[in-house]
Amino acid sequence: MPDQALRHLKVLELCRLVTGPYCTKLLADLGAEVIKIEAPDTGDDARRRGPFLQDTPDGELSGLFLHLNTNKLGITLDVTTATGKGILKELVRKADVFVEDNPPALTAEQGLTYEELERVNPRLVMTSITPFGLTGPYRDYKAYELNSHHAGGEGYLLPLHSAEDDREPVKAGGIVADCVCGLSAALATLTAAYVAAVTGLGQHVDVSKQDVLMSLVQNHVCTFANLGELHTRLRRGFLTVLPLDCQDGYVHIGVVTDREWRSLVECMGNPTWALDGKYLSWGNRLMHAGEINPIVQEWVRQFKKEELFHRLQASGVAAVPVYTAEDLAKSAQLRERGFFAEIDHPEAGPVTQPTAAYQFSATPWAGLRAAPVLGQHNELVYCERLGFSKQELARLGEAGVI
Amino acid sequence: MSRGPFEGIRVADFTWLWAGSYATGLLALLGAEVIKVESMAAVDQTRLMSFTIGKAFDGVETSYVFNAINLNKLSVKLNLKRPQAVEIARRLVQISDVAAQNMRPGVMESLGLGYDVLKKVKPDIIMLSSSAFGGNGPLRTYGGYAPSFACGSGLANLTGYRDGTPNPMTGSTDLMSAVTGAFALVAALSYRQQTGLGQHIDVSSVESQAVLAGDSLMEYLINGRVQTRDGNRDRIMAPHNCYRCRGEDKWVSIAISAPEEWSAFCDVMGNPEWTRDDRFADAYGRWNNQEELDRLVTAWTLDYTHYEVMRMLQKAGVAAMPSLSNEEIVSDPHFKERGISTTVEHPVIGKLAVFGVPWRFSRTPARVTKASPLMGESNNYVFGELLGMSTAEISRLTDEGVIY
Repeated sequence: MPDQALRHLKVLELCRLVTGPYCTKLLADLGAEVIKIEAPDTGDDARRRGPFLQDTPDGELSGLFLHLNTNKLGITLDVTTATGKGILKELVRKADVFVEDNPPALTAEQGLTYEELERVNPRLVMTSITPFGLTGPYRDYKAYELNSHHAGGEGYLLPLHSAEDDREPVKAGGIVADCVCGLSAALATLTAAYVAAVTGLGQHVDVSKQDVLMSLVQNHVCTFANLGELHTRLRRGFLTVLPLDCQDGYVHIGVVTDREWRSLVECMGNPTWALDGKYLSWGNRLMHAGEINPIVQEWVRQFKKEELFHRLQASGVAAVPVYTAEDLAKSAQLRERGFFAEIDHPEAGPVTQPTAAYQFSATPWAGLRAAPVLGQHNELVYCERLGFSKQELARLGEAGVI
Repeated sequence: MSRGPFEGIRVADFTWLWAGSYATGLLALLGAEVIKVESMAAVDQTRLMSFTIGKAFDGVETSYVFNAINLNKLSVKLNLKRPQAVEIARRLVQISDVAAQNMRPGVMESLGLGYDVLKKVKPDIIMLSSSAFGGNGPLRTYGGYAPSFACGSGLANLTGYRDGTPNPMTGSTDLMSAVTGAFALVAALSYRQQTGLGQHIDVSSVESQAVLAGDSLMEYLINGRVQTRDGNRDRIMAPHNCYRCRGEDKWVSIAISAPEEWSAFCDVMGNPEWTRDDRFADAYGRWNNQEELDRLVTAWTLDYTHYEVMRMLQKAGVAAMPSLSNEEIVSDPHFKERGISTTVEHPVIGKLAVFGVPWRFSRTPARVTKASPLMGESNNYVFGELLGMSTAEISRLTDEGVIY
């Protein structure tokens, strides 16, 4: 069996819903041993969020939970009890990384701060993922994904190039904003873990979801800071920036260089108007976008999306259709790259799931283990790792600690 | 003072555009010595223009957008269409830990700088190749920009008004792809630190975004249903929208999940009569009647500024945040206090606002140490000091158009 990139890393997760679990999933999928701590009885809130397998709302059948928790070990522990806290510290002592997403005030109240845990394990990397970070006037504010995305500055810009100036700004679709915060937190966490592996010194990593999302629209923010230009979601007349209507859907055409422009014009049959020198250079095309866009749109309308996609790409023009989840699930490209994999789950059975966006030549992605059933690895972790007897484990269960 | 977490790591940086440049840009912000290999024969387009910001720049040294994405980097000029330049590039890789590129799959190979070659030059090299669709499969040679990735990944189909067209989002999608590449690079660096082994990483920008919409993929894979865009709405929460506030184009986002959040929300509004309507008595009823609910909430928010609504509701434990514009972010007190933005002095443009990394490390802080490089500003350091070339040789290669 091929090796895994992060097999050396031991991670402890105390997180709910999307961002924190996605962060540690990325580590687990690359081979880190991630122990996910869930509250006894209830478990992660994501277990109660759909989509559910065959529309059966069961804590073990949430497609969201199955996706976000692959390759993890799952244990139950009530960290609000004194005994639970003691056990958590034992786990922290054996971990390289601890990722948590409690509100800062709760972390302090429960005595699970970095200052406290650093004493237990000086090599520990602790990542705290919060809506607004651990400092500043909004540190104790609450935010769901909707609020984070709008507080992060991208929501105000969407739908980008809207023609409707009286409508509300919208967030990015689905759980994208939360997931990208998880990805960013994974990068920060792994960076600190790398430093710890090299130097033996741990540290605290403060990840603010708002900061992460702002950094993704930093060029808009800096455009105001540097030039005083306000950006809104209203149409600014760029060249073919929005997907265009075809017969059976939409295709986006990205034309940046003069070479791409000439190729597009050639594909359009070299119409006389388009050969005008005033359309050379991107800046000139930007100025004349109002003239160009409707003509290109009219030309696009005669094609089916796949036909136009291949025709323009064959000429070196970056045309890409708007795909749905169904298109992706049926995509020959994604199939050949092994983007989807079937993972067998004890209760849900074999489930096809997305894997990852990268392929490592020496340490390939491995879907070795489905998301854990609630408390599935209690015996493995508590008895084999921490040395509790089965009888003690049962008593801790009865006492509501595990 | 430590340069940051990756002090001592050197990157031979063949990337361009945001999706490539920001991946290595993050490593540069984290303290790695990143040497951008550029050429007047193939200028990074972001030195000339920005597709998603809508700007054209004069010459190659006035782009504040290029600056933002390439902070802390060094730059050398090498025209890789010339065999001697390729030879020098290999020598650079030989003294580097990482090589990164995002040309179309096959281009680096045809230049003689593919992974198979670089691995022979530097056996433990870590190489990142990032492309629109990935390095294999029938679409491997196809290209794309930020909006293309949003469209090809399914994100555009999920973003926008329910009755509107698919929306490709902002250039953020390029940066998402870049963060993915940087994460993969750090994973490979971790593996090399443990085992001494390098490897090649192949990132697909389209896939880097498709995985972020995993819930939508799961919905199709397990139930055969295709999600589309639905504005700000949630699967179960309501209220869950942006509400118009006092002022021009000012909006506050409000999301309510738990029963105690709903009752706190009603208290802040002064418990108007409509809040006792049976249709809004529980979460399920509120979700089913959310259009009416949104109208009623808006009637309340209209009397306040978005910041006022935020403060009133947050004090009561309800999630509410303004939909912040780029202008508002710059003057927001929390943004200022967090300090993720700073300024640098660019030798041509002057003082510029920029972003550092969006995280805080307690022990090894990451710093913005310099502006983006002028093209070829590090020729003497890299070719002379690092590769041991004489001044005469450097000037001969410059005259011959190899260093160009």
